[in-house]
Amino acid sequence: MTVDRVAGMALVLIGLAAMWESRVFPLGSLHRPGPAYMPVLLAALLILFGSAVFAMGSRGRRLVEVGWWEWRHAVAIFGACAFAAWGLERLGYRVTVGVVTAVLLLVVERKGWALGLALTVVLAWGSFFVFDTLLRVPLPRGPFGL
Amino acid sequence: MLETFQNLALGFSVALAPGVLWYGFIGCLVGTLVGVLPGVGPLAGISLLLPVTYGLDATRALVMLAGIYYGAMYGGSTTSILMRIPGEAASVMTCIDGYAMARKGRAGPALTIAAVGSYVAGTVSVLALMFLAPPLAAFALRFGPPEYFSLLLLGLLVLAYMNTGSMLKGLAMAGLGLLLGMIGIDQMSGYFRFAYGVTELADGIGVVPVAVGLFGLAEILLTAGQANPPAVIRPRLRDLLPSRREWREAHWPIWRGTALGFLIGIIPGSAHVISTFVSYAIERKVSKRPEEFGQGAVAGVAGPESANNAATSGAFVPMLALGVPGVPVAALLLAAMMVHGVTPGPLLIQQDPRLFWGFIASMYVGNVILLILNLPLVGLFVNLLRVPYPVLYPIVLVCSILGVYAVNSSVVDVWIMLAMGVLGYVLRKLDFETAPIVLGLVLAPMMELSLRQSLAMSGGSYAVFVTRPISVVLLAVGLALVVLALRPLLSRTLDWRSRLEEGVRS
Repeated sequence: MTVDRVAGMALVLIGLAAMWESRVFPLGSLHRPGPAYMPVLLAALLILFGSAVFAMGSRGRRLVEVGWWEWRHAVAIFGACAFAAWGLERLGYRVTVGVVTAVLLLVVERKGWALGLALTVVLAWGSFFVFDTLLRVPLPRGPFGL
Repeated sequence: MLETFQNLALGFSVALAPGVLWYGFIGCLVGTLVGVLPGVGPLAGISLLLPVTYGLDATRALVMLAGIYYGAMYGGSTTSILMRIPGEAASVMTCIDGYAMARKGRAGPALTIAAVGSYVAGTVSVLALMFLAPPLAAFALRFGPPEYFSLLLLGLLVLAYMNTGSMLKGLAMAGLGLLLGMIGIDQMSGYFRFAYGVTELADGIGVVPVAVGLFGLAEILLTAGQANPPAVIRPRLRDLLPSRREWREAHWPIWRGTALGFLIGIIPGSAHVISTFVSYAIERKVSKRPEEFGQGAVAGVAGPESANNAATSGAFVPMLALGVPGVPVAALLLAAMMVHGVTPGPLLIQQDPRLFWGFIASMYVGNVILLILNLPLVGLFVNLLRVPYPVLYPIVLVCSILGVYAVNSSVVDVWIMLAMGVLGYVLRKLDFETAPIVLGLVLAPMMELSLRQSLAMSGGSYAVFVTRPISVVLLAVGLALVVLALRPLLSRTLDWRSRLEEGVRS
């Protein structure tokens, strides 16, 4: 299976899903298009483009040839970001960013403790000071006031 | 003419006010620093630094953001020449001969020629912008919904055509972006579409989380596990000056690149990459020694770098005059203007002349600041590349999360950034370009509104798009692009995208 074939199928599926989800809104008429008009039109176009990518993708790069060698790093970074999204308003900005930075530097990248901790403190507290205190961009403090 | 110069004088009185000048300088400095970082281009840079401008008035904020944009474009050439890493797609052509020059021990002259070429292109094209934007804005008052729809459609077609991959894939990505733009409250009926109860999505998906996710986070996911970062070549200050022969070879390519870049930049949807590619191709064609291209030809750096920066100013023309963002970065600047209560478009020049002309004048000032910054401080900027990537990317990541959260103080935006990061990572692996998604997302509300208004005013007839002269001309240009993209299918000739891919590979 080639990369383009997989991508083409995914685009067709997204188009079909968008069309299915649009069914709950009125389509309207040509002289008065409803809220579903444009989404249905775009979904149809996406299905068309996806089918064309699929049809023309028989000779492209094969999916197995795509190197995913950096996936461990990618998963770790994704996890750190997901923790940040979960924790920002629950734990506060400084605690969340501190944990994210410390995990990435000390656990994922295995940097030295001194550098890791110093950078964690500078990033978490420094960015909070610059943005929240100096530039008045409100950042969440969480239950610990951090 | 006299009125234009009077307006420019007003603009300089705004741009040279100490408060505004300071923020312009900070924007240029930070933009250059951001541009020097591998993988963090102008789009991610503006996205990250947008919240910093929230506490400023509209003029200062816009001058600072434009400085970041210019600075990032300038800074991008540094990594291209020294590391063969393009900060963004438009720097790809600079990589080829810039890095070859650096390997020959001419890194300093390559950086100087890139900086001088960028300065000349930036200054001359702002002059053109100054004279072109007001009449274009007056012309734009004749635009009704059908003309706007055709213009937006043309913008998407041009962007898809300019993709380095296939036009079909570019169109598919633009379609995906337009679909994402359907999320939120429908402007005409008030229906809450595809939000599944998430009230934060009422205004739709924000362009900042999508841009930071697709460009910034996806880049980090792709490169953080990189085992062997490319070697950095560090020039000495005394090696910066080009020889007399190199100046001579750079002279005409700079002027040709400037004219070409500006003209291509005006077209909505055209990426900077096409201006650099066309400039490179022309320089190679007119050169007496075409065999030097790819081996460190001075014209191969001077032409594309000038074209790239001239296109930057060109891209501001449709943004300021029509309120239509031609490129994703302009879309972000447009969003920033709206955050500050400024509505870009034909009436901006009349309603807010201080902001408009102050912005134009700040571009002149910004170009001088950037020339001063880029020449003597290039050694300092290169030191940023000494920070190991495993230390650098957590800092960039925290900046991304902070930048995205601060726009609306919403964690939903952080989740969107995360989803877009994964989408961007997978799409890059599958050889899809992600820029059309951002432009599609931004244009979706305008496009839907103009389509529905057009159909309503024509009694449901699509003929309205081909019976109005401006609209039909715009659609004809779009159709011509589709035909051009289909040509390789019918004949055995390679089109420019295939040749570009081959050129970069070799």
